[in-house]
Amino acid sequence: MADSILLETIASISGVNPRKCMKCGKCSGACPAYDEMEYHPHQFVSMVESGRIEELMASKGIYTCLSCFACVERCPRSVEPARLIEAVRLAVIRQQGQNHLTPQQIPELLDEDMPQQAITSAFRKYRR
Amino acid sequence: MTYSYFPGCTLKTKGADLDIYGRRAAQALGFPLEELSDWQCCGGVYPLAKDEIATRLSSVRALAASRETGSKLVTLCSACYHVLKRVNGDMRNDDGIRQKVNNYLGLSMPYFGETEVLHYLEVLRDAVGWDELRRKVVMPLTGKKIGAYYGCLLLRPSRELGFDDPENPTIMEDFIRAVGAEPVIYAMRNECCGGYATIENQKYAVAQAQKVIDNARSSGAELLITACPLCMYNLSRNTDGSVPVQYFTELLAEALGLKEENNG
Repeated sequence: MADSILLETIASISGVNPRKCMKCGKCSGACPAYDEMEYHPHQFVSMVESGRIEELMASKGIYTCLSCFACVERCPRSVEPARLIEAVRLAVIRQQGQNHLTPQQIPELLDEDMPQQAITSAFRKYRR
Repeated sequence: MTYSYFPGCTLKTKGADLDIYGRRAAQALGFPLEELSDWQCCGGVYPLAKDEIATRLSSVRALAASRETGSKLVTLCSACYHVLKRVNGDMRNDDGIRQKVNNYLGLSMPYFGETEVLHYLEVLRDAVGWDELRRKVVMPLTGKKIGAYYGCLLLRPSRELGFDDPENPTIMEDFIRAVGAEPVIYAMRNECCGGYATIENQKYAVAQAQKVIDNARSSGAELLITACPLCMYNLSRNTDGSVPVQYFTELLAEALGLKEENNG
């Protein structure tokens, strides 16, 4: 897909304008999954801004954001990095055959105490 | 006053203690919870995508059903609270989402976000009041050092949830004081527990949950309380278990002398 179309897709899914970012880095400072991501939240925003969407779509980091909203809460410019990460993940999993989790994988991931909430949340985040 | 009640998927099974003790205490405190007759799972996570309608429908059905009863809608689960309140905000404030959802649902009266969504703790604070709760306590938890674990979903984003100060919340500490115990403030009380990472990256979930427990223990907490079944799971299953975790409703029922009743 052309970069400009991808950028438009991300903008319409997320409703976020990455140009509002003033690069203070608070989002990355607040992110509990910082070490799990090859592109940290502030880099993620910057890469969306410069149209590097395909690199982000190929990164595993898009599955490690847990939507804790620390970045959203602490962003002084209301950029909402979590929405951008969600949008890029959706741009991937909305494609045919790109689900990140399948029902067949679920049984072996469970233990007797795991709440339904965990499965439901993961399903909503990882597949369409 | 009677409230509509949305239990959510987990409170019927794995998180049953959150539900059972919560209902029992509510009855005793004079705000019975009337479970919505026909509810569906909220989805567990709020749909962040602006262009998603289907993932908002179950919440709107519950919100609209609550409007029919004329009551405010109460939840006990942090995730249900988070999802229902934010979807309700969309129905109030986002013209595009509201129009598409209403077109799809075809309710006899379109839904505009009229229902007020409350967390149980807000009812305790704003309708019952801490002083009144303190008066009803028959078995105060005197001397017990308890840490409130807020996690993420009750607090953030504060501009949409308006639950409490997101960086320095007080509602659960006030609750702990009201039941006679001593609140322990620790830095990680509003940080993520690891959430659903436990499904595919358990190593990360374990590291995150253990950080919370270590911080709480070194700050002197003997017990943590939570309102979220997934926080409960992560803090108890994905840690060394050095600080036990309870649902806040269990503590409430204990303080009110209701814990040992043999019914739901």
